[in-house]
Amino acid sequence: MTEIVNKPYGTSFKKYASQNKNILCLSGDLTSSCEVDIFRDEYPNQFVSMGMAEQNMMSFAGGLAMSGFTPFIHTFGVFAYRRPYDQLLASIAYPRRRVRIMGFLPGITTPAGMTHQAIEDIAVMRTIPNMTVIETGDAAEVESICEQADNVDGPVYCRILRGAVPRLFDSPLKIGDIRILNSGSDILLMTSGICTEEALRARAALISQGISILHLHIHTFKPFNEDKILDLISNIKLGVITMENHLVNGGLGTTISEIISKHGLSKKLIKLGLKDTFAHGGSKQYLTKYYGFDAYALINAIEKFIGQKLNIEEQDLGKVRIEDVHSLSKAEAL
Amino acid sequence: MKNTLSSEKIALGIRRRVFEHCIKNNGAYLSQACSSAEQLAWLYNEALHLGDSIAPSIPEEFKGVPSASNKNYKTGAGYNGPNNKDYDRLIFAPAHYALVAYATLIEVGRMSEEGLSMFNKDGSSVEIIGAEHSPGMEMHNGTLGIGLSTAAGIAYGRKLNNEKGQTCVFMSDGELQEGQIWEAIQVSVFYKLDNLWAIIDVNEQQVDGAMSDVLDIGDINKKINSFGAKCIEIDGHDINAMRQAKNEKHDGRPLIILARTSPYKGMNFLKTRFPRLHYVRFKSEDERNKMNLEISKELGIDPIIY
Repeated sequence: MTEIVNKPYGTSFKKYASQNKNILCLSGDLTSSCEVDIFRDEYPNQFVSMGMAEQNMMSFAGGLAMSGFTPFIHTFGVFAYRRPYDQLLASIAYPRRRVRIMGFLPGITTPAGMTHQAIEDIAVMRTIPNMTVIETGDAAEVESICEQADNVDGPVYCRILRGAVPRLFDSPLKIGDIRILNSGSDILLMTSGICTEEALRARAALISQGISILHLHIHTFKPFNEDKILDLISNIKLGVITMENHLVNGGLGTTISEIISKHGLSKKLIKLGLKDTFAHGGSKQYLTKYYGFDAYALINAIEKFIGQKLNIEEQDLGKVRIEDVHSLSKAEAL
Repeated sequence: MKNTLSSEKIALGIRRRVFEHCIKNNGAYLSQACSSAEQLAWLYNEALHLGDSIAPSIPEEFKGVPSASNKNYKTGAGYNGPNNKDYDRLIFAPAHYALVAYATLIEVGRMSEEGLSMFNKDGSSVEIIGAEHSPGMEMHNGTLGIGLSTAAGIAYGRKLNNEKGQTCVFMSDGELQEGQIWEAIQVSVFYKLDNLWAIIDVNEQQVDGAMSDVLDIGDINKKINSFGAKCIEIDGHDINAMRQAKNEKHDGRPLIILARTSPYKGMNFLKTRFPRLHYVRFKSEDERNKMNLEISKELGIDPIIY
């Protein structure tokens, strides 16, 4: 049974920031939504309420960094780059300010629809010079993100999971590392964020069918650890599958295809994720299924590679972990 | 560093330098020198508490943009002196006024004349739109509207650090059309940033022409005051008025000085080009020649040889 951790970000941010007085906690009117309300209440002097004014928040954070502080910006991922993109570049990325941007509600992890779903954030962020880009995939990664991000000399964008978060790993996130979750030789599967938990639902069924899968969990998009996966891609027999809570263009799938083409590796690649489409509001399990990047979509992709139907039905997959729409672990139903 | 010249004299020097550059290079941001010369002269010569320049008198060539591998990267802030808790910090928001800023640095002895000959030359840091590595600049402001927010962030941090130095923003009125400026005033008032002040060159011009025709922004004094900042309106060519405005009490809120100016002050002949004043490029040799003769007379210099 997977351990579920409640509000790992809120707890770990408080622990880290309270010991580092240089850190200022900025919030764009999403303080409890980003789990930093407990920190605000206990350390009001380290908290700066920025209201709903993201353009100002980005440049203001740049100014705080210019006077020696380290701002941690808390907002939903979409609000960190769509409206204030110009400010993000001019005030934070270009001058390499030590600003840590914590983007909540990555991809389709919110029923709030297009305006709230950061589905192209990784594509945008990884093309910005000087930016480090991280995505957390479980509670252990969320718990270690503050310290890891803060070690970076320059700006960092992090996709943060909130509320009830499963603990999948027993070691902290280390920027630049790649986790090997399962070794195998037929298919190389690379997953990131919530897709790793989703892919693990298919693990037992695939093993029972004798499919040998090398499964990697990717959390660092930039700088991407190309060296570590080069041989793994080269040596895989059938092909590579990427699975991401993001557009298949510009994110993990694209990163891997760039590496494959750069090194002339001639491997087939199936990219699971949002295929050049916006999403709409709904639950995570509904949306990943509707848009084709749930565990069953993974089975279908593997079937394509092996050229035959596997004897796996929906009910053979691990149970879907259903999150409560309303729970004490979230500030609102979003 | 206090200059031995009067601010009026420095302002005249700025106009002459920018004019000379404009005639020689067949174009420049000339009207900006007309409107802002007194403000920039006064800022550097009197209003700002700055240390001596710590940057080379002749600007260094472009040394690359900031990156993890560019360890020797420096901004142009060194021309404004060291970053020190007691000194003021200047954010130069309208980056297209760069030529006027460089002329000012020369007039107040912070940059050598040779600096201007590197203007807009490939491989030079003396760029046409002030970059953060250009003399006197500390950040990119080419995208208008980000200067005041940044300065507010600096001022907030300096308050937390109990620093004596103030943070000043030199702005232009066109950027008041950007929503971010109003977000910045909002946050500066909310956090009572009385260590933050701005002087805005209100010349009522923007790229497309007079602001009243392009997008009128109405009574900005009233707007800024109702946002809660202390706003004072003065004649932007009257240095005494600037001194008085700066001395106004603004406890618990930022001070914003509206310096009402003329885009052809000191070069009345430029009026013939109104309302196309944003960037002066001569339409013909005849116009260039006429401008040269008429304006040099107004500035009390011989016509420029080009």
